[in-house]
Amino acid sequence: MTAAVFFGCTFIAFGPAVSLFLFTIAREPLRVIFLIAGAFFWLVSLLLASLVWFISVQISNKESASQQKGLLIFGVVLSVLLQETFRFAYYKLLKKANEGLLALSQEETMPISIRQLAYVSGLGFGFMSGAFSVVNILADSVGPGTVGIHGDSQHYFLSSAFMTMAIILLHMFWGVIFFDGCEKQRWLAVAAVVATHLLVSSLTFQNPQYVSSLVPTYIIMFFMGVWAFYTAGGSLRNLKLCLTCKDKDFLLANHRPR
Amino acid sequence: MDLLSNKWIVYLALCLFVAGVSCNSVENKIYVKLNYTVPCVRLLNSTHQIGCQSSLSGDVGVLHVLESEENLDFVLRTGRNPPYMVIMESSLFTRSVMMKLKNGSGRVAGVAVVEPTSNPPNGFSPHTRCPNENTGVYSENYGPGLAHCNTTKWNPLGNGLSYEEFDFPIFSMKDDNDTQLIRQCYMDHNRPVNGSHPQYPLCAMQLSSHMSAVTNTPTCMRRNSINFSMSNEMVCDPLSDQNIWAPSKPLNITQNGHKADESVIIVSARLDSRSFFSEIGPGAESAASGLVTLLAAAHALRNATQDAQLDRTIFYTFFHGETFDYIGSSKMVYDMEKNQFPIDLDNVHSVLEIGQVGFYSSSNLWLHTDPVSMRNSSIQKEVKDLIANLNSAAVGLNVSVKEPGVTQPLPPSSFQRFLRARPFPGVVIEDYNSSFSNKYFQSMFDNADSLNVLYPPNLTPEEQLNHVTDTAKSLAEVATMVARALFLQAGGEKTQISSIKADELTVSRMLYSFLISSNNSWTQEIVAPKDIVHLNNNTVNFYISVEQQASLPTILAKYLLANLTGSVVNVTQENCRNQKESEDDKESKHLYNYIWVQGAALPNSTERDGFCVRSTVRWSRAISPAFELENYTTSEYSTWTESRWKEIKGRIFLVASHDLEMLTLGVGIGVLLSSLLLTYIMSSKADILFSSGRETTSATY
Repeated sequence: MTAAVFFGCTFIAFGPAVSLFLFTIAREPLRVIFLIAGAFFWLVSLLLASLVWFISVQISNKESASQQKGLLIFGVVLSVLLQETFRFAYYKLLKKANEGLLALSQEETMPISIRQLAYVSGLGFGFMSGAFSVVNILADSVGPGTVGIHGDSQHYFLSSAFMTMAIILLHMFWGVIFFDGCEKQRWLAVAAVVATHLLVSSLTFQNPQYVSSLVPTYIIMFFMGVWAFYTAGGSLRNLKLCLTCKDKDFLLANHRPR
Repeated sequence: MDLLSNKWIVYLALCLFVAGVSCNSVENKIYVKLNYTVPCVRLLNSTHQIGCQSSLSGDVGVLHVLESEENLDFVLRTGRNPPYMVIMESSLFTRSVMMKLKNGSGRVAGVAVVEPTSNPPNGFSPHTRCPNENTGVYSENYGPGLAHCNTTKWNPLGNGLSYEEFDFPIFSMKDDNDTQLIRQCYMDHNRPVNGSHPQYPLCAMQLSSHMSAVTNTPTCMRRNSINFSMSNEMVCDPLSDQNIWAPSKPLNITQNGHKADESVIIVSARLDSRSFFSEIGPGAESAASGLVTLLAAAHALRNATQDAQLDRTIFYTFFHGETFDYIGSSKMVYDMEKNQFPIDLDNVHSVLEIGQVGFYSSSNLWLHTDPVSMRNSSIQKEVKDLIANLNSAAVGLNVSVKEPGVTQPLPPSSFQRFLRARPFPGVVIEDYNSSFSNKYFQSMFDNADSLNVLYPPNLTPEEQLNHVTDTAKSLAEVATMVARALFLQAGGEKTQISSIKADELTVSRMLYSFLISSNNSWTQEIVAPKDIVHLNNNTVNFYISVEQQASLPTILAKYLLANLTGSVVNVTQENCRNQKESEDDKESKHLYNYIWVQGAALPNSTERDGFCVRSTVRWSRAISPAFELENYTTSEYSTWTESRWKEIKGRIFLVASHDLEMLTLGVGIGVLLSSLLLTYIMSSKADILFSSGRETTSATY
């Protein structure tokens, strides 16, 4: 629609992700490396899923709309499962790498904890997923026209941007929960991640009724966020302490001289 | 298993290659591309630029279908969402409407004109009232009272739109599915209901026809020659094509300059026309009528000129670019003056020109002469002889010739360029007396309908090709008269002229080929194989354009002249293509031109029975001498150039309101700032927030 919409939608879609990157990841080179590796793993999973879908579309009957729709659903489910599989594979790889890093390094402690790795890899998955979701839409939003001449909804760009923001944050939360579940052998958590991922992806089939796909997605994101907060070590008490600015007292209180 | 996996790998690779066209589905949701887009382009001469220009990426405007001239007020003053893209029927495409739009000061983004299915009954001519007034022969020094159409306006219906400059794009659209879509989009979104203003989102159109050249020809030629880097970007090209000529008896073309003992009668017609829009130039009356008549006359004279020994040679000439200040004729006269042509001006005895003769049947034929040169008694005598020959030729035919009784200048004609060099006796044959009988001079309506080239309904193309129309019959009469007059002028015997007759079927076929469809069974037989690809199923576009090689009317005229004046010779294809009659022949190519034409299709086969045509047809470059002399500010010669452009396209889409766009930007900036703030807070308090699961290691005491 013009540069205003382009920048607006870019900021909406990538705002939280970029600010997270800037403040938490950009300074630590190790985190950056693992972020990029995570993005790459997501990319490979997408490549495999799209290969399978492409071949199946070429084989299928192109005229039948119901068959194409069925193939799309199949493609989405396959893609979600592959993404989660690759998340698991990345987890395994990181465990192995961590042991190797520890063996090689001089220090006694691991340079990066598995929790930080969970967060970083989740964000990496999120970045790449968001990029592939929204970049081509952003590219078309620069032109003078907006969606609608064939009767589609006008809010296409805006809702795509909001959906992308939700997806990026969700991937980050899922990363934290997933790795924690694998660490502690809590397979219920892992199953919950896969299930909610499938749910969110299936919600997008409701488009163009954007309200019915965006609102549930944000609700799920909120719940996942709370779960990830607790998994990462947060608690209500910590939150209250932060918000009421009593943290300094707390620290001082804890640093009692022995 | 190996074979199977191999097969799958190959299949995979094939799939990836056969992937199919990349259709960007988001783009398809937004834009609808227009298929048929004919723009008006920018032309430049030594002092001005004319035509239309769009901005670099195209002009976007909210659609408005113009209902009447009063409705212009909405576009220019009251409408709330400027700039507007105005769609109008061609009945509103008048000078007053376009001038108001031109002065619209930023509220007009562009204009799209819908082509009508029938010609406007009152006539329409975007050309000027006095065509080529500055490059003819009349000026302050030569017949001052006759210059600048002081005595008579040749094109009274001319509104001069073609020579105005517009800073927005103007496109022409057919009345087809795309235009229906545009109207529907306007009805759905843009139409003011009950006096209230339409709400966003509104239907809009983007037209893109950015022209690279600006200001005038000297500027753009200077910019052409700037060498910044290896790749030189040209911004404009001079209008050029080819002149076609054929002497009635062979002349040695390798010897330029004066030919001893040669007295030549130049009989000429013009090959080009134009309209306001760049790719449309049907030119039925302004170009095709004269062209076809001259070709038919040449055909009629074929046997007579070969059998009889004539004193003078008849020189059939077709000039290109006459619309744009006499490009072709000025070049030929220039070449003759500089001894770069097989004959020179001393060889020229007299000039006969066939102008617009299509409406002859409803009026008479008028013989125009130049009063200034006729003051010389010898010229006057020669002109009177020529007119007498024309009158004797008209005896017995259904043709009546007259002279205008008053002193008036020559109409715009190539003969004026010859007179600029020196006085010649000459006559210009037209079907009008003091102003054009062509109501659609140099417009897109000068087509088969306006010339009354009508066929009975329900005929197949093949039947139409062989049907003799009434216009063809009357043009054949004119051609017969011209042929007989030329025979007499060249010194032939009066008793032999009754055998000279133009063929009506040939004339009708030529009219069909130029005005209805150039790709038909007859043209396919007489054209060389390499030029078959240029034939198409539409009317021929007579605009001169900028190609170095010939355009379709030139190609057709070339092959028609060769087949109609030449003879079939028994020469092998190899020799024919190499311009010789036998292996050792080195002389024939100086005198003759050999063309291997495709010939008729053999029955039950796709092969063709080709043959070699030997004729005297030649062609020479028709480009204004100003470009050879590199003097682009001259007023002597035509300096017309056409700008170059990158792409011409149009598309329609919906636009959202400016407020909504700004809101989106605002929301985006808000999200970004708030997430930056939140993240900063969270990361600075991270050890507090996420403390409970930490290993109690680092904070040792």
